[in-house]
Amino acid sequence: MTALAALIRRDIRIALRVGGGALIGVLFFLTVVVLMPFAVGPDLALLSRLGPAILWLGALLASLLTLDRLFMADHEDGSLDLITMSRTPLELACAAKALAHWLAAGLPLIVATPVLGLLLNLDMVATGAVALTLLAGTPALTFTGMIGAALAVTLHRGGLLMAVLVLPLSIPVLIFGVAASQAAITGPLSFGAPFSILCALSLVSLVIGPFAAAASLKHGLD
Amino acid sequence: MTLTDLANPTRFLALSARVLPWLAAATVILLTIGLYQSATAPDDYQQGATVKIMFIHVPNAWLSMFVWGVMSVASLGTLVWRHPLADVAAKAAAPIGASFTFLALLTGSLWGRPMWGTYWEWDARLTSVLILFLMYLGLMALWRAVEDPSRAARAAAVLTLVGAINLPIIKFSVDWWNTLHQPASVMRMGASTLDKSFLIPLLVMAVAFTLLFVTLHMAAMRNEILRRRVRSLQMMQASRVAFSSEVGTGSREENASKGVA
Repeated sequence: MTALAALIRRDIRIALRVGGGALIGVLFFLTVVVLMPFAVGPDLALLSRLGPAILWLGALLASLLTLDRLFMADHEDGSLDLITMSRTPLELACAAKALAHWLAAGLPLIVATPVLGLLLNLDMVATGAVALTLLAGTPALTFTGMIGAALAVTLHRGGLLMAVLVLPLSIPVLIFGVAASQAAITGPLSFGAPFSILCALSLVSLVIGPFAAAASLKHGLD
Repeated sequence: MTLTDLANPTRFLALSARVLPWLAAATVILLTIGLYQSATAPDDYQQGATVKIMFIHVPNAWLSMFVWGVMSVASLGTLVWRHPLADVAAKAAAPIGASFTFLALLTGSLWGRPMWGTYWEWDARLTSVLILFLMYLGLMALWRAVEDPSRAARAAAVLTLVGAINLPIIKFSVDWWNTLHQPASVMRMGASTLDKSFLIPLLVMAVAFTLLFVTLHMAAMRNEILRRRVRSLQMMQASRVAFSSEVGTGSREENASKGVA
């Protein structure tokens, strides 16, 4: 347990220091949202209707962008080999790393959501709904994305290949995230059903992600 | 003859060389019967002659999912039992599965044009088949991104199994999304039970297409095994050339070539 706590503390500390790049994701998120009015026009009514979808897409892309940091730096300096050979089960170590990554790169996205909601003319309820669904949904993005990150690090190919592999897997999260936000804002559906499915998706990926990532690290690294 | 006997690629090549002509013949015969029956099947009272697209479309759609199942079993073989032919089977199946999926999409959109008035409808089934197609392409990209086949095999096996778990979830969520956004504007197939005059040709075609897949898959596996042999021979030759030019003496080269012969 202390080993896992130490791993989480170390990963967060590395991510927040110079060269860690945890906050790059937020900057990217901000830029994507700012770009959107240039594409669809400065119509506030339209922007507030598209708001939840824009915020979800931005958060999805931002969390994808920071994912290849999850294992790559550790692989380069050799600490990934130490983690693989340590007495802690690799599955748990992977889960701890993903948790740390979510705390460092996922939570700032949610904190930034209210500010970005202002830019998109979202009211209090809508912003709250989007932030809540992001809080429930981004763990799923991190934990399924971790599989792609593990594959990329064993193949020495990151970037585009990982995006192509991970994006189709994140479709359900996107569907239910946007659906729950829309349900809270306009109705007519209840907020509970899509939101609980969103939570279920996060929990399922919490189980599958570490096992698949650990399997691909175990089989892939030599 | 068990699965472990087939672990020897040479034995697999010998066996498949004997089986393949029979399989191909059975495929051709069944396809001919199925196509003849589909052509002579009566027109639908509502859809007219366009219903005949179904006899091609449905087997393709069925195989698009069946092939992913075959690849998942092969991936288990790669990861759990380290069966040497499992990754060959998984790799050979991916392009075939992608082709079947593409044909299902293509025939579906050709069918949709007269029925729905548009080539593409964001219908739940079409959308989830499109996502399946994207995942096939991603898997093929993964195979192509890595030079070492065994390393690529394990990565692709993990991704295939993750896909096998995720595909039902994606299917479910796309269904949900679709009913939310556009309530049943699409005509539903299969709500009424199929008449026998449609069902029998359809079943014949399904069996014929499955046989077609087995034939193509076996041939592709043979090609893959031979391709790997050619690759390792080329690498041996390249290393020999490099070695001999490094040493620069003729006698070493002669010895090396004798050793291989």
